[in-house]
Amino acid sequence: MKHLLGTDGMSREDAVLLLDTAAQMAATQEREVRKLPTLRGKTVVNLFFEDSTRTRISFEAAAKRLSADVINFSAKGSSVSKGESLKDTALTLQAMGADAVVIRHSASGAAYQLAHSGWLRGSVLNAGDGTHQHPTQALLDAFTARRRLVDDPEGKGLDGLTLAIVGDVLHSRVVRSNVSLWTTLGAKVVLVAPPTLLPVGVSTWPVEVVHRLDHAIDRFDLDAVMMLRVQRERMTGGGDAFFPSPEEYTRLYGLDRSRMDRLPSHAIVMHPGPMNRGLEIAAEAADSDRSVIVEQVANGVAVRMAALYLLLAGEEAA
Amino acid sequence: MSRPIVITNVSLYGEETADLVIADGAITSLSAADAPADAVTVDGSGLVALPGLVDLHTHLREPGREDSETIETGSRAAAKGGFTAVHAMANTTPVADTAGVVEQVYSRGKEIGLVDVYPVGAVTVGLAGEHLSEMGAMADSRARVRVFSDDGKPVADPVLMRRALEYAKTFGGVVVQHAQEPRLTEGAQMHEGIVSAELGLAGWPAVAEESIIARDVLLAGHVGGRYHVQHVSTEGSVDIIRWAKSRGIDVTAEATPHHLLLTDENARGYDPRFKVNPPLRPQRDVDAVRAGLEDGTLDIVATDHAPHPTEDKDCEWAAAAFGMIGLETAVGVLQKVMVDTGRLTWRDVARVLSETPARIGRVDEEHGRPLAVGEPANVTLIDPADAWTVERDGFASRSSNSPYIGMELPGRAVATFLRGTPTYYSARFQEVAQ
Amino acid sequence: MSGTIMSAADIHRALTRIAHEVIERNEGADDIVLLGIPTRGEPLATRLGERIASVEPGFDAAASVGAIDITMYRDDLHRQPTRPIGSTKVPDRGIDDRIVVLVDDVLHTGRTIRAALDAIKDLGRPRAVQLAALVDRGHRELPIRADFVGKNLPTSRRERVDVHLSEIDGEDAVMVTERGDK
Ligand SMILES: [Zn+2]
Repeated sequence: MKHLLGTDGMSREDAVLLLDTAAQMAATQEREVRKLPTLRGKTVVNLFFEDSTRTRISFEAAAKRLSADVINFSAKGSSVSKGESLKDTALTLQAMGADAVVIRHSASGAAYQLAHSGWLRGSVLNAGDGTHQHPTQALLDAFTARRRLVDDPEGKGLDGLTLAIVGDVLHSRVVRSNVSLWTTLGAKVVLVAPPTLLPVGVSTWPVEVVHRLDHAIDRFDLDAVMMLRVQRERMTGGGDAFFPSPEEYTRLYGLDRSRMDRLPSHAIVMHPGPMNRGLEIAAEAADSDRSVIVEQVANGVAVRMAALYLLLAGEEAA
Repeated sequence: MSRPIVITNVSLYGEETADLVIADGAITSLSAADAPADAVTVDGSGLVALPGLVDLHTHLREPGREDSETIETGSRAAAKGGFTAVHAMANTTPVADTAGVVEQVYSRGKEIGLVDVYPVGAVTVGLAGEHLSEMGAMADSRARVRVFSDDGKPVADPVLMRRALEYAKTFGGVVVQHAQEPRLTEGAQMHEGIVSAELGLAGWPAVAEESIIARDVLLAGHVGGRYHVQHVSTEGSVDIIRWAKSRGIDVTAEATPHHLLLTDENARGYDPRFKVNPPLRPQRDVDAVRAGLEDGTLDIVATDHAPHPTEDKDCEWAAAAFGMIGLETAVGVLQKVMVDTGRLTWRDVARVLSETPARIGRVDEEHGRPLAVGEPANVTLIDPADAWTVERDGFASRSSNSPYIGMELPGRAVATFLRGTPTYYSARFQEVAQ
Repeated sequence: MSGTIMSAADIHRALTRIAHEVIERNEGADDIVLLGIPTRGEPLATRLGERIASVEPGFDAAASVGAIDITMYRDDLHRQPTRPIGSTKVPDRGIDDRIVVLVDDVLHTGRTIRAALDAIKDLGRPRAVQLAALVDRGHRELPIRADFVGKNLPTSRRERVDVHLSEIDGEDAVMVTERGDK
């Protein structure tokens, strides 16, 4: 692997290798000395054009635990707002000798362009590009689910599991990454959203689409339910709104106690965070035993360590 | 005046072989035997002669964005592409919405003299879509404007469109529409469909084009104005125009080379050279545009030559400008898609790239004339066997934002004559330099 | 020199001898932790644990044998294709103040052992670290030596030494081949 740009097109073999490697990384994180010398001498740049403290900290922790040098570069004035262009930033990072660039950008395709433009020699890790892909989020979701739901998980996928993803599919890079990854790993994915929050073209995705959460719970044996964060402004924009009101959203798509109780007893509840408690997820669901939301955060570091290791440790990166 | 030129053994319209004798700016004979003694003779075997090409849709960018194109570099690109006339779109800075600006563009075109530059006048002041511009003043100016367009933006207000259609009748003008429903395309980045869903790029739905065309043809039918649709890109648009024509509505329409060849699949690499407005569509739409051009529903091919400097394309897709250059590749693309596939003859190419656009633009006294004795010598020579690979550094245009870089095209213009003067010639025609 | 250098019986005898040497050297086996270096050090450590237990009945092999993956401590990661990471299994009692015996199949340059020493340092602070290798083929690049050796095998650099173990390869044998032989 040279870059990690998305989960679309990722082979099952690579996906399982990433998860297995993440499992070994997670094991090292339970020790007293959690730092490993593996990437000593490598430089990882966190290039964030979009604020996301959570994701940046997670990547930073991952790189530091592997002894890489970390440079945080927050380029607020992206070329979208007529600041420094992505190209000039990339050339700067190249000159600084970045071995890997972790990029977060509001423009879909920014990571792909960075990797293929010839502006940069190092590896590119996509930490979220527009509404396109967020592969490490999907990997940590899959890792978390595999740990919880699959016996003796090493070397295995998510075969036979059913995941429901509920919410704003249209604007979600997390959904796009999870759909590809989970289906590659053998799971069935059910998307639950009103048609206004589904992209035209979703019919060609390898998923089931249901418009009401209650129908999804009735019709499928769900092993995992992933609640997406809902942007309030998407419901209050007048003629631009995708939904009449937050209250109606909660009524139709919110995960509350009664809906949670109708899930199979082993089913887990996931959320990529940050949560809107009381909107898409009720406190009793977020804080229940089924909730793996805190584990997701912890696993994020292990998954990002695995990605950095697999991209940077081998000879290709040298 | 240039020396007389004789082009021997050239195929007129891809049909009968003749010699073209050009003297004093006109075609004086179709037989080399009649050539004046001082004439330069060149061998035209294997070449196709067409009336000089006419582009109804060119962005020359001057005044205002001389960093992307000037009237001079754009004229050179046009001549190299085989064009003898271009209609320069009004979205310059300042906007071509007054007699002063259109006369300036017109005179600068004359001064350069490589192609006839016919300025397009804006439909509304500042392209703002609020007040009609002074079409009459532009029509009566030295530039004799007959084509009006807010291109780059639609005339979205139905009342304004109705008034423009009515008012333009006063001086035989045509209202040319960039059909795009603005509310349905806010933030749009590419065709809305399977590919946009995967790439996470905001969609530009086909209906945003079709709904405007449907509304406009009904308005044109109602008030009787002359209406032309730019860059038709969807199957639905072709159907609506076909229907309108069947009802006798005075509508004409254009296809661009890129909507005839490329699809939304080209966006997959996030290369902004493929970002254009209206966007590249799926194959089904491309097929419909080809069929529309073949059966005459779409009257002409126009380039929508839209130069942009490197920095406006060397960036994230969402930040990149819409548009691609097309003057120098139009002949090759049209040959590849329509001629080599047997869907159009070279005679048809003369119609869609010269005669009909000249008529729509009301420049048919000078351009799109028959290749016949006594006619102005506006002639394009095409070598349909001169296959070439499009190269970034090979353009006469100031910009190089071409989607065809690296692609092989089957043929191209090898010489262009404007009123008998060679405005472009390839190495093979060195002798015509004088 | 080519062919099978150690048979199944040779390997069996060598491990038995090493088991005795470990006990003798450490005056018993109370504090011994055997850490195999994947891949083939792991089954060797397990076998060694069983041998020690058969001599010292007080020795709980299951609780004293583990594995230590050294991939993330290697100094040659950037020279080779990316390696999958093996698992590290440390016995529940940990390694602090105990005697760690590293177990590997072939001792060669010493770099693997150097990486293992670094890995051990991150796992705890043993009283001593000792090294057992089934084969010592020489060509050391670091000042490292084995405490317990099954067989000293002078080789040339052009030769390769392959250890086969039944747990992994279906047979027990040590073979030497000329590079390019096969
Ligand atoms: Zn346009």
